[in-house]
Amino acid sequence: MSKQDWPLWEVFIRSKSGLHHKHAGSLHAADAEMAIENARDVYTRRNEGVSIWVVESTNIAASSPEEGDMFEGAKSKIYRHPTFYDIPDEVGHM
Amino acid sequence: MDNSNLHNLEEKFQAKIDAEIKIEPKDWMPEKYRKTLIRQISQHAHSEVVGMLPEGNWLTRAPSLNRKLILLAKIQDEGGHGLYLYSAAETLGISRDELVDQLLTGKAKYSSIFNYPSINWADIGAIGWLVDGAAIMNQVMLTRTSYGPYARAMVRICKEESFHQRQGYELLLTMSQGTDEQKEMVQDAFNRWWWPSLMMFGPSDKESTHSAQSMKWKIKRKSNDELRQAFVDATVPQAEFLGLTVPDDQLKWNEERNHYDFGPIDWDEFWSVVKGNGPCNRERLKARQKAHDEGAWVREAATAYAEKRRKRKAEKESTQVA
Amino acid sequence: MTKKEALYNYIIQTADNNLILGQRLSELCGHGPELEVDIGLTNIALDLIGHARSLYQYAAEIQNLGKDEDQLAFLRARHEYFNVLLVEQPNEDFAYTIARQFFFSVFNYLFYSELQNSNDSQLAAIAEKSLKEVAYHIRYSSEWMIRLGDGTDVSHKKMQVAVDDLWKYTAELYTMSEVDQLMLEEGIGIDLNKIKALYLAKVEEVMEEATLTIPTNGWTQKGGKEGQHTEHLGHILTEMQWMQRTYPNMKW
Repeated sequence: MSKQDWPLWEVFIRSKSGLHHKHAGSLHAADAEMAIENARDVYTRRNEGVSIWVVESTNIAASSPEEGDMFEGAKSKIYRHPTFYDIPDEVGHM
Repeated sequence: MDNSNLHNLEEKFQAKIDAEIKIEPKDWMPEKYRKTLIRQISQHAHSEVVGMLPEGNWLTRAPSLNRKLILLAKIQDEGGHGLYLYSAAETLGISRDELVDQLLTGKAKYSSIFNYPSINWADIGAIGWLVDGAAIMNQVMLTRTSYGPYARAMVRICKEESFHQRQGYELLLTMSQGTDEQKEMVQDAFNRWWWPSLMMFGPSDKESTHSAQSMKWKIKRKSNDELRQAFVDATVPQAEFLGLTVPDDQLKWNEERNHYDFGPIDWDEFWSVVKGNGPCNRERLKARQKAHDEGAWVREAATAYAEKRRKRKAEKESTQVA
Repeated sequence: MTKKEALYNYIIQTADNNLILGQRLSELCGHGPELEVDIGLTNIALDLIGHARSLYQYAAEIQNLGKDEDQLAFLRARHEYFNVLLVEQPNEDFAYTIARQFFFSVFNYLFYSELQNSNDSQLAAIAEKSLKEVAYHIRYSSEWMIRLGDGTDVSHKKMQVAVDDLWKYTAELYTMSEVDQLMLEEGIGIDLNKIKALYLAKVEEVMEEATLTIPTNGWTQKGGKEGQHTEHLGHILTEMQWMQRTYPNMKW
């Protein structure tokens, strides 16, 4: 394979002010500037964004599915959720 | 990994599929599932990119500014869709370079429909209405496919494609309300694109080699024949509205089945085109090869420049520290 | 030339610049050096043809002969097109495409910036709307000029050849024609002498970063604004007008 293949970038788009950037997809670009322009051309053709983040895919650290157990602990802590607590209706909204 | 362990993983995998839980890139998956997906997604990506060519053939000759803009936007969307799909394939551990290489060396296929020529302006309408119409049937199904990145790409594609079929039909509608010459163009385009569109759904279920496993893995969720029938049922009334004659004397509404019956598809033609002997197979690949070759120095230069800039920045930072 | 004729020609000249360059870029759609670049260039084509469309609509209104945007865009004779020669030059390779885009975009940006102050409110509005898109065209084409100029030996050479071949067409961009002069006097058109220095400064800045050299022999080619074109325009029109000429008076 040729080594000239541009690296892969992940694209995150903020659809409007006040919202999080959300993963939109990926693309290839030689550098960060090109990645932002390509993201603008590829992922905001229909007015989908007001701000773009790009990060080279190899720079993303990810948990692995085998580590699925690390999310188990959170499942049992039902007392973290408001519905766990009974408050009489008379008290009103809380 | 011993056999019982592998068996165990496969069972868990199938259980997830059966429970409609999406498979994500880092999840364990059978090697054959990965290969099937790479084959299917890349074939789909190549189809989008090669599909830009027959329509691109009319860009410089579009008869109005409005149509020129619509066609540009549509072809550009197809490039975008190819890009989303290549990206989805890349999550399976294959690079775009390799995928493009497979296309150019003939190892990977693309939809045979794009090996037919676009020779009159009404072809642009027919491609939108029939080819995109047939593709949408498939794509809507694929928004629920079992592999997450593929399903997400399809959701985006379907959202964007909704104008593609409509613009094609509207183009034909405008022409079919025009002069006799225009009406003839519409019928001529329809005659040439009708049967190849039906072939787009692939061989009949009895003949299809990949279908059963793909259905079990929920990569595919409807059979080729089911989709083809749905397409015929939806399209025939639309053709009648345009005042067109369907080029099939066996086409008839079947009360009992509640579907249209239609004549036999010429599978010899289908296989012949798949194998490379269609009207434009060589031309399409040559055009892709040419763009790839002529782009090589551009891709190399951009890489070289990015590297130079990285080095300069690093040097600057190191002198600042010193 | 009456004021009305001059205004019509002025709008048409601006529209033609956009249409012809958009037409050139649309030749590349589906054939770009990389998918992302293909999509990027097509965005520029869409912007330019979009601008042309607004301008032809306005020109048709001024002309007031019951013609529509397509009759103006597709059914004039070669000498009735007033675009500058630069935009009709062919896509010899990607370096030409980028150099042509860069040279034109810098002009187009300065042109619209000034035209925003036109006392013709419709032209001012079109200029204001188009300006934001053109700002991106400069950014996009400048970065490619630099990337290719300062990339590899091969890309540097190709970029320099493109610059050498196209440079002679750039002076026409900031040279006043008779129509330009009339429109300036009316407070409608812009003073091209005013943007000349800005144009050269911006071009020099980018060329320097791109390690490219501006030709110094002073040779210029013009005539497009008066309808005197290079050999290329006839071929562009043959293709572009084919449907409208072969099947006249039909709806598409």
